[in-house]
Amino acid sequence: MSAVAAPAQVDARATRRNANRELALLAVGIVAVLVAYTLLGFAQEGVVPPGLGAYGGALAALALAAHLVTRRFAPGADPCLLPVAFTLNGLGLVMVRRLDYADPEAALAPAQTIWTVLAVVAFCATLLFIRDHRSLDSFRYIIGIGALVFMLLPLLPGIGVEVNGARIWLRFAGFSIQPGEVAKIGLAIFFASYLAEKRELLSIATNRFGPFMVPPARAFGPVLATWLASLGVLIFQKDLGLSLLLFGMFVLLLYVATSRLIYVFGGALLFGAGAFLAWTTFAHVQRRIAIWLDPFADVEDAGFQLVQSLFALGTGGILGTGLGQGRPDFIPFVETDFIFSAFGEELGLLGTTALLLLFFLMSGRGFAIALRCRDDFGRLLAACLTIIFSLQVFVIVGGVTRLIPLTGLTLPFLSYGGSSLLTNYVLVALLLRISTAEQRTDVVAA
Amino acid sequence: MIPQLRRVALLMFVLFAALLVNVNYLQVLRAAELRDDPRNSRGLIEEYQTRRGLMIGGDGETELAVVEETDGRLRYRRQYPAGPLYAHVTGYQSLVFGPEELERSFNDYLTGAAPERFARNLTDLLAGRERAGDDLRLSILPPAQQAAQDALGDRRGAVVALEPVSGDILALWSSPSYDPNRMSSHDRDDIIAYREELLADGDRPLINRAIRETYPPGSTFKLVTGAAALESGIPPDAEFDDPSELQLPQTTATIGNFGGGLCNDGQPLTLLRAMEVSCNTTFAKLGLDLGAEALIAQAEAFGFNTAIIEQVPVPADSRMPKELNEPQTAQSAIGQFDVRATPLQMAMIAAAIGNGGVLMTPHLVTEVTDTSGSDVATFDPQPFTPSGQADPQAISAQTAQTLTEMMIGVVERGSGTAAQIAGVQVAGKTGTAQTAEGRAPTVWFTGFAPAENPQVAVAVMIEDGGEVGSEATGGQLAAPVAKAVMEAALQASGPDEAAQPDEDG
Repeated sequence: MSAVAAPAQVDARATRRNANRELALLAVGIVAVLVAYTLLGFAQEGVVPPGLGAYGGALAALALAAHLVTRRFAPGADPCLLPVAFTLNGLGLVMVRRLDYADPEAALAPAQTIWTVLAVVAFCATLLFIRDHRSLDSFRYIIGIGALVFMLLPLLPGIGVEVNGARIWLRFAGFSIQPGEVAKIGLAIFFASYLAEKRELLSIATNRFGPFMVPPARAFGPVLATWLASLGVLIFQKDLGLSLLLFGMFVLLLYVATSRLIYVFGGALLFGAGAFLAWTTFAHVQRRIAIWLDPFADVEDAGFQLVQSLFALGTGGILGTGLGQGRPDFIPFVETDFIFSAFGEELGLLGTTALLLLFFLMSGRGFAIALRCRDDFGRLLAACLTIIFSLQVFVIVGGVTRLIPLTGLTLPFLSYGGSSLLTNYVLVALLLRISTAEQRTDVVAA
Repeated sequence: MIPQLRRVALLMFVLFAALLVNVNYLQVLRAAELRDDPRNSRGLIEEYQTRRGLMIGGDGETELAVVEETDGRLRYRRQYPAGPLYAHVTGYQSLVFGPEELERSFNDYLTGAAPERFARNLTDLLAGRERAGDDLRLSILPPAQQAAQDALGDRRGAVVALEPVSGDILALWSSPSYDPNRMSSHDRDDIIAYREELLADGDRPLINRAIRETYPPGSTFKLVTGAAALESGIPPDAEFDDPSELQLPQTTATIGNFGGGLCNDGQPLTLLRAMEVSCNTTFAKLGLDLGAEALIAQAEAFGFNTAIIEQVPVPADSRMPKELNEPQTAQSAIGQFDVRATPLQMAMIAAAIGNGGVLMTPHLVTEVTDTSGSDVATFDPQPFTPSGQADPQAISAQTAQTLTEMMIGVVERGSGTAAQIAGVQVAGKTGTAQTAEGRAPTVWFTGFAPAENPQVAVAVMIEDGGEVGSEATGGQLAAPVAKAVMEAALQASGPDEAAQPDEDG
């Protein structure tokens, strides 16, 4: 053995090791999901579910497909993200299946299974078609405007429908999609690209404002624009969650890009103003706040959902009631916004902690990818995607556990719903893609 | 860019940490509170998922409480085939107000969750078998309970019948009663409305007068005073003066006899005769002679100031004041002043006298069996030692014998003749207790039969003179009720034993 291995050889070996790690982690995740599925079958029917083999096989095939595409087209990608995403997705499927037992007519699991397949296809397609994340940089405006239009589509009469007071759904050909979920990615690409280009300009402080040196007034233009767009989402679509998410993501990204805390303060101020405005103007916002402050004031009606969620979490306690043995179906919309509480009831604190740690792990890997990326656009995009993901987990889990007022958002990978699942798989694919770019520059540098 | 990114990452991690802290707060610190919140119906659904154990009467046949499977969200509904008849024994299982009476105190058995069932529940769980509640076998004799309801009619009052030798409660009736079926329905609003209705009812049907209310025992307490006298060595033929009223020391107050008359035409009378005619002046004098301490000690030896039943939730203690001055002692000796007793307590005194002076622990549930009929728990007869007492022997066997003779006299030729049963020798004592100025008396009868070999001891209490009002007496109103219940119990517990004295007599 020669003491000095060729760099390319070392790289190939490291890449293989990385890919094998991903495969092993995927296997661990699938075992966890199948154990959960078996336990559910025991609880509900007293037997090992008859379709366990087929189900396990299908799951393994999907995972393998995603793995092989990653191995082949994104060599050296982060080995953690896909297994964690796949595990969360699998657990979400088990919980959706479990909710079907409570309401067999809903038949959520078959639909969610189809969505899972589509989402994995979208994941593979993203890796196949986007061979270098920098290619996205050139389509900044098309992607940005496209996302914005797409997001606002539900406002159009005919195809947009209002569900539970929020106008965020598109319905055609029997399918419902939530454009806001998908548009997030487009907006992230636009923000990252825009800020990568303008960061120098936006970070130069030229004016004095009291004791602070602040950037020129026009630099605040994009902040104001995003603020207005967020307000628009809030006012016209009544989607508190998305509004909060978009604005929070933009302000934080602006800070990362420019190193200027003033944007954070300015953003916080604008957020405060917007929130106050919303609170004084909209009955539904006031109701949300009132429920948050005292959910037990009207247990039977207004506070019902949140109180049921808290009861579910409390009943679960540390160990949980066991999969299939609680009553998560008491919580309205448990399959989407409140799925975390269903896990809390049946898997207890152990389950919720495990889920939060998985989310935390994804968030941590996302930031690591951003930190390691060499180009501004890639770094900002990775940061932006990770912030979206993390904020979304915080806003919805915080909402259903009464840490913050409840705003409707899906919980990534776990909630029932195709748009959300698909979006999050694409988000992971983009992060993986950026993580390979980091490796490639390493090779170039070596 | 790097430091800012690190800071934002840190911020996100702080947010995750906040989520983790919050779920720990909810699922550990507040878990019990949230889980047990009455508005959290999860536990309820779980509870109603189990087939609740049955309650079977002392005849081994009559079903006092059963279950019915529903199509609703709550799987099983509790049913009480006899309606109000056993309401104060079984209680109810309300999804709004929780279980009451035996449903409450035996909830663990009825839901199959008793510690004795742990091993079996574990195997059931592993084998995937559904858990079933365990059945209660009660001591209640349906004919005696029915007789109590019929004889008391719509008067406010209570009846307790015991088997002296075992402490088995043969009848426990509190009138008026209520329909436990409505309290156990699955209709929240109706349960609340029905309870409101019951609470608004001036006759207080929800109150269990037999075990949870205390009343002045009046002359039935002379059994305690008489016991104290006999225990102190005063013979039954000891003679007492017969004044029309007794001047109480230290005051200008007096104690008179019922109707303001004499007990024996002014001639000296024996303790035996004083008991038969329930002579107030004699017993008040006796109380003064014995002193407060002896009186209090005797009352406590019979179970006053002690909770005497464990199988039902929060029974009331009968009360004997701990300190008495002389006038109070004289009044207490005839069951007035602050002496208060539950009907159960008075039945226990009669039962102890009939049982050679030994108190037995009163109980309603004799055994708990699982669905296959094997025993989960049994409650065998237990002597009852009141708190602070050395043994369950409230009085000597000799004193018990003498008191029995006195009580036979009461029924044969004294104030309690209405309790006589053809062919059976009955021992008893009447009571007519003043409650408040201008208010009709609480009337009593307590006794047992057959006198020489007691099968049943009974206490009957009727509030506010029943339908008679201020002129009511225990001998007139309560004694016939006691007679009916004892008759029913004797017939039900075995015609042979009931017939025996017939041959003697």
